[in-house]
Amino acid sequence: MAERSFKSEVEKLRLGAGQEFRGEAILAVTKALLQSGVSYVSGYQGAPVSHLVDVLNDASGLLKELGVRFESSANEAAAAASLAASVNYPLRGACTFKATVGTNVASDAIANLASGGVIGGALIIVGEDYGEGASIIQERSHAYAMKSQVWLLDPRPNVASIVESVEKGFQLSEISNTPVMLELRIRACHVYGSFIAKDNVRPSFGGRDALARPERDIGRIALPPTTYVHEQDKIGRRWPAALRFIVENKLNEFFDGDATDIGIVMQGGMYNNTMRALEVLGLADIYGNSRIPLYVLNVTYPLVDSEFVRFCAGKKAILIVEEGQPEFIEQAVNTILRRADIQTRVEGKGMLPMAGEYTGGVLKSGLRQFVEKHRPDLIAPAPDVDARIPKARKTLEGNLEGRPPSFCTGCPERPIFAAMKLVERELGPQHVSCDVGCHLFSILPPFNIGNTMMGYGLGGAAASALSGESGRRPIAVIGDGGFWHNGLASSVGHAVFNKTDSVTIVVDNGYAAATGGQDILSSSAQVESRSTGNPIEKAVRGVGVDWVRTLTRTYDVAKMRDILREALTTTFPGPKVIIAQSECMLNKQRRIKPLARAAVKRGERVVRERFGVDAETCTGDHSCIRLSGCPSLTIAPNPDPLRREPVTRVINSCVGCGLCGEVSHAAVLCPSFYRASIIDNPTGWDRFKARIRDAVIGFLQRRMDRRALASA
Amino acid sequence: MNKPVIDTSASTRVRPITIAVLAMGGEGGGVLADWIIDLAEHGGYLAQTTSVPGVAQRTGATIYYVELFPKAAARGQAPVLALMPVPGDVDIVLASELMEGARAVGRGLVTPDRTTLIASTHRVYSMNERIALTDGRVNSNALLQSCTDAARKLHAFDMAALAEATGSLVSAVLFGALAGAGVLPFPRPAFEATIRRGGVGVESSLKAFAAGFDYAANGGATLPAVKPADAVVESEFVRSLLASFGGKVTATSQPLIVAGVSRVLDYQDKDYARLYLDRLAPVAAIDAARDDAPDDLLSETARQLALGMAYEDTIRVAELKIRASRFEKVREEVGVTDVQLLEIAEFMHPRTQEIAETLPASLGRLILNVGWIRAVTDRLTRSGRVIRTTSLRGFLLLYVVASLKPLRARSLRYIDEQKRLSDWLDIVIAVAPKNYDLAVAVARVRELVKGYGDTHERGRAKFDAIMALVQKLAADPNGARTLDALRKAAGQDENGDALKRDIARYNLA
Ligand code: SF4
Repeated sequence: MAERSFKSEVEKLRLGAGQEFRGEAILAVTKALLQSGVSYVSGYQGAPVSHLVDVLNDASGLLKELGVRFESSANEAAAAASLAASVNYPLRGACTFKATVGTNVASDAIANLASGGVIGGALIIVGEDYGEGASIIQERSHAYAMKSQVWLLDPRPNVASIVESVEKGFQLSEISNTPVMLELRIRACHVYGSFIAKDNVRPSFGGRDALARPERDIGRIALPPTTYVHEQDKIGRRWPAALRFIVENKLNEFFDGDATDIGIVMQGGMYNNTMRALEVLGLADIYGNSRIPLYVLNVTYPLVDSEFVRFCAGKKAILIVEEGQPEFIEQAVNTILRRADIQTRVEGKGMLPMAGEYTGGVLKSGLRQFVEKHRPDLIAPAPDVDARIPKARKTLEGNLEGRPPSFCTGCPERPIFAAMKLVERELGPQHVSCDVGCHLFSILPPFNIGNTMMGYGLGGAAASALSGESGRRPIAVIGDGGFWHNGLASSVGHAVFNKTDSVTIVVDNGYAAATGGQDILSSSAQVESRSTGNPIEKAVRGVGVDWVRTLTRTYDVAKMRDILREALTTTFPGPKVIIAQSECMLNKQRRIKPLARAAVKRGERVVRERFGVDAETCTGDHSCIRLSGCPSLTIAPNPDPLRREPVTRVINSCVGCGLCGEVSHAAVLCPSFYRASIIDNPTGWDRFKARIRDAVIGFLQRRMDRRALASA
Repeated sequence: MNKPVIDTSASTRVRPITIAVLAMGGEGGGVLADWIIDLAEHGGYLAQTTSVPGVAQRTGATIYYVELFPKAAARGQAPVLALMPVPGDVDIVLASELMEGARAVGRGLVTPDRTTLIASTHRVYSMNERIALTDGRVNSNALLQSCTDAARKLHAFDMAALAEATGSLVSAVLFGALAGAGVLPFPRPAFEATIRRGGVGVESSLKAFAAGFDYAANGGATLPAVKPADAVVESEFVRSLLASFGGKVTATSQPLIVAGVSRVLDYQDKDYARLYLDRLAPVAAIDAARDDAPDDLLSETARQLALGMAYEDTIRVAELKIRASRFEKVREEVGVTDVQLLEIAEFMHPRTQEIAETLPASLGRLILNVGWIRAVTDRLTRSGRVIRTTSLRGFLLLYVVASLKPLRARSLRYIDEQKRLSDWLDIVIAVAPKNYDLAVAVARVRELVKGYGDTHERGRAKFDAIMALVQKLAADPNGARTLDALRKAAGQDENGDALKRDIARYNLA
């Protein structure tokens, strides 16, 4: 089960012609796929496209009605490879993943797909995770489109335009026999808006028809000499076909303006924020009417030479608003204009930054620079900065702390790193190779553990060159998500085959937790449409690892520490694998909290545990926080008039995972931690016991108090 | 096609209302944004929102951005709404916490010409603030000051307290404050109707909303009330002792001395309290001789001496854990109601060292020094213990340990501690006439010695390392400053690397 249920979203997918769809863009894309008559969809979850996968996961009923197959792919390569169904058959299909990490993994399949080409429309929907809040390396999907000759759509970021681009993308793909990539930036995926729906379309040709009448065309398979033919076909036939379609269907948009001697060219995805910057500068109104002519590239690859030539006619300068680097479009435009011998000056990365997100502020200053240089008459000089702003910023100096993401309250991964810290104290610092997943937060305070991160499922592989030597061996940490994504082969199998002397910790929390808690092969949840409950240990032993330890409760810090120490010091040759299991707390709480609440309401006995710290004995040294970092473990002013440093304090969001107690034992911390068990609806026996207990304890406590008073 | 007139004049053009919401993952920032959308759509506005949750969902800082535009002004052409705020063009900023409000200022989202900033003033401490070895908190006053300076209007108060009082979330209080601030063109009932339409936790949300509304309507910016330190009840005995305490006591040192003597009395007995004041007397005399100068030395020594004399041993911990007042504190902290039962379990890990130190000196030495006995106790104390203080067995166990108090004066640790305290105090007193400020600094170094187990040992080692340098610094006019710097360096990391580095830097090694 994903982090939340998407039942209400699934209902929106059923909307019929003329009804208004309101919601997030990525959900609108899902609806657009069904309206376009897709036969199959595949995907690998990851922000910002997780919702597409999640919603379709919850929509099995609707998909069955429509005859659409949906696959939760093992990884992005698998997702892209599934588009092979559109190579020989008139089937529309789509796959989705986050980019560029997903495009990286998928590139093998994408290249092969693009080489032979498709008959049925093939759409690759990538969530471009770029700019603020991105969780990955900052690169562009654009490069993939260029290298494999895949057409790249970058629609204006409003729900209606995005929906429109899905349908157009399929048509473009079919007409040019080329897969089409639809690029959606994070904010565009999450933008809330509306469009008028159409009826869902049941595909006229389904997987069943393909299986009944298999078609084979050796000319579509990438094996020389056909690969040479493919290359010529891409350039000689598919490309011109695509250009024709783009021009005829006006996929790119032109907007007039009265300042005809200059112009702005932008990626479709940049449209809204660029318009706002123009509006703030007094160069456009809120309805998108601009004084400067605009050329909006809803297709950013291939570029249409003739459209550029037309747009630049009579212009002394244009500005290209192209986010990300390198500046592929700007370079191409310079070539286009050079070839056509057009003298319009091309401004771009000289005025807007080469690298980094084009935020509102960045766009505003770049546009101002462009207009001030080429049409200063259009714009009023920049107002002076209000002195109060720099003053306020100055006051903040040294008082603003970053707030990167970290492990959630009660996270079962935290104790693994607490144990690693303790082992570090005994055996010295270790080389740790990390992987993609929540566990990567270990590289930040308070743990500061981890040396490299080379990609999903590659944690083990990235440690292998440092195979054990002179009593030291590397540690690799890999999540269950990464394990099934490709870690079993690349990290574990690889280590077995190469007899790598290393320790691999597989964090098995039952979900692909970082991407929203989707189920995976080893999840314990029972899902009708999927096969779960396949143990990681079985897989690890299956590929030949003999030293495997499974710890079923990661919160047992002492045990985790002992296993880790053993793995690091044993003389056993080859890879050592530790499987550390405990359910992701975020998902667990989502699951059990409502159950507990209901049970209390029904009058059942329910025990809730949480931890606390006695301020009187707390040393104010915070070593417990340094071994945990739990958001519920924080600080508070010291109530003792004699002491200054803040004390540790557990707040009510504590879920009583027990780590605080385990750490204070394993690391021999102060005796300040206590566990409070709060019993709702106690039984008669509970109350009877409590009465006796309270009588005796109360008596002794009063006696203590009396004595204290007497001697005061 | 007729080109529409482009109205870019500042006075007549219609503009969207721009709203940024800064929250931390899991705080309900998304719910708040959804409420605003719902409110606007029902109030005749077009609304757009977007966010970048991603991994920031995991406790990181997140911004939600909302734009509202009057439907009536859409005149057949839909407005183009932005997906992110342009600095200098934000009408309303809602921040769920003080540092997030300040972050909005830092990012230029709050400007004096247009922005109404509505922020909760409670703090959710950052990782760096929490993991500091001493006090790593940033300055809340500075955060609030920058908000005040940057905003056109600021509504700032402790919304977490209101949320807790109403059993709701900060997001509901913020929504109330948004209504109360009167910056959106919707009446209060429209806001409340939105909450009702949401359907979850309606009653508590409405209460929180009302609380936020009232506060914001009254305006102003206040930091959360600082909970005063625990009050010290001055007993008859303490009063009589102090009456005979010579020397000059000021408003600064007086409460510390009262707290100190009360602590020591509570820790052991009347004689121990007298000992405390006897030890303090020479220090008081030094300050008395300094005429009207502030008595920093007396204050600092009173503080450190009390903490040193009331060191935490197993007896003290046991006693503190089983007091009725402590049970009461726990009940309050975890919020147990009358119909619920509470059980408390302690996590303790006394090691051979701590046990031996509590025993009478000869016995203690035996355990520590005789190989096989030590091995046995080490084995027995290898893992920690969970002691259920609310069970009879657990309570009685701690009760017995606590009742060893009369034997404390004969314990190994006691003898050791008294000797160390006298040595330190002697140095303070010896340094004072020559270099008063250095003496104050020396007094304060004692705060490095605290806690239990490894923490205690590490602190002790750092303290010893610094104390060994006092002699060298005695003649140095900058001695006090150097010693303070070293003390701070000692608080920078666990292993004392920063301290070692600084000792070398000051050429004191
Ligand atoms: S027990 Fe400690 S680590 Fe676990 S949830 Fe509570 S505060 Fe966090």
